[in-house]
Amino acid sequence: MAEQFSNREGIKGMTNPTRYGLHRVAYWLQRLSGLGLLAYLIGHIYETSTILNGKAAWNNMLSLTETPGGHLVLVLVIGMCVFHTGNGIRLMISEGGKGVGKPGQPEYPYRASSLNSKQRLCIWVSIALAALAMMYGAGVLFGD
Amino acid sequence: MVPEYYLVIKMRESIIMKIHYGTALGAVALVAVHILMRLSQKFSDSLQYQNVLANYHFLPYALMLEVILILLSVHGFNGLRVILLELKQGVAYERAINYGSIVAMIVLVAYGSRTILMAGMGLS
Amino acid sequence: MATVEVPKEQKVEPTTPAPAPSKPKTITLRISRSNPSENAETKFEEFKIPVQKWTTVLEAILYVKQSLDHSVAVRYSCRQASCGSCGMKINGKPRLACYTKVSELESNVITVEPMNNFPIIRDLAVDFKQLFSTHKKMKPFIINEESEVQPGTKEFIQTPEDLEKFLQFSYCIKCGLCNSACPTMATDKSFIGPQGLAQAYRYTADNRDQGKNDRLKIVDQSHGIWRCHFAGSCSYVCPKGVDPAMAIQLLRGYMLGFRK
Repeated sequence: MAEQFSNREGIKGMTNPTRYGLHRVAYWLQRLSGLGLLAYLIGHIYETSTILNGKAAWNNMLSLTETPGGHLVLVLVIGMCVFHTGNGIRLMISEGGKGVGKPGQPEYPYRASSLNSKQRLCIWVSIALAALAMMYGAGVLFGD
Repeated sequence: MVPEYYLVIKMRESIIMKIHYGTALGAVALVAVHILMRLSQKFSDSLQYQNVLANYHFLPYALMLEVILILLSVHGFNGLRVILLELKQGVAYERAINYGSIVAMIVLVAYGSRTILMAGMGLS
Repeated sequence: MATVEVPKEQKVEPTTPAPAPSKPKTITLRISRSNPSENAETKFEEFKIPVQKWTTVLEAILYVKQSLDHSVAVRYSCRQASCGSCGMKINGKPRLACYTKVSELESNVITVEPMNNFPIIRDLAVDFKQLFSTHKKMKPFIINEESEVQPGTKEFIQTPEDLEKFLQFSYCIKCGLCNSACPTMATDKSFIGPQGLAQAYRYTADNRDQGKNDRLKIVDQSHGIWRCHFAGSCSYVCPKGVDPAMAIQLLRGYMLGFRK
């Protein structure tokens, strides 16, 4: 009963990207892309290990991955990778205390300096670069 | 039976996070090279059996792949460790997650290194 | 005897009509009701109440208490966003009830619930034990071997520039809205929380303080400062402009060697 009335939002609250602006969306996307990339890394390590079993096994693996579905997954991975990288660099710089504004006297309506336009621009740039990379990747993969 | 003091690896969280950031920066640079290598020829050609094997036979590239494997395993599993630690707390659970992450890193690096070594030495 | 000329009253033609007095309208206030000491049930009770343009959510709740249901449990005090007592979840976001006008919510249905990530005492009142104990762990006082009050000592000198480095973080009213909004607090029971970390920075940045290393050691743990991921929700909801997210990143700057 104590657990229930600890009233924690739980995973539902942690994974909800709405209500708190762009930074919360970026946090959610960073987590999602990180988990996706980890899953892809494990799959990729397994996939590339099939080369040790000879040409037939390798071509068999390619017949699974070199499909429209496989290419779609790869396009998503490209997008996740670019976003995670761009947003990750923004986070590394911000978490060093740079680009989060300077402390000062708060004035009404008390807009937080850390959630400034530079930060929002970096998030949008990461999303835009991811979209561009996905389009380029799709062009290379599906155009081949 | 391993003595108790061998089971407690204490590392300050700030050191772990510095490693997390360092591996991220390293991985960004090297993965960019890895992806660009795929674009140096037609994508479907770059995945042909002989071409892939040739990559493993080229020592600098094979070494680069090994470094990427280590960097990304450390970064990825440390990130997963952070997410799992936030989801549930408790001494036994946290110890399991911490050591489990290290084991997962070692297993993935070992498995990937096996591929790089054996393919590089022509043992496929 | 001098005479004073009093100007004749001049009739002023009104150019714009005077604003019509605000007509009261009726809204539905949904209040979360729960009593953990009796049972595990949580339900919503709806009340139709008249509000005007400037009616705050707190006034709406107090209207319910006064006229409709005396048993609604709510914590409040100053009614002017100074004390931090009336923090609650209003239409899904943590806000101060006294500082939120019904009209700014742009809805005829207002849902009020107890703040997330705090144990419920009853209805809208939550338990602040963890917030206060975490705050105490941050050593929220000036640590300095010297003293300003012993005979023969001087006051600690602080320029306006020194003051500005930490002043905004001292405006924290411990309302707990930041802890309620934080995504890490949603799942991590051991996390210090944005309020505690911001206060750790407030004292670290104060040039009168000599306890920086102590506080950095306290926050450098697996459920400390490194579980903040700059989601910014804390700063988004803070009603006093404290900007805890900025404080946390600046504090991390010390630990990463970007700041001395």
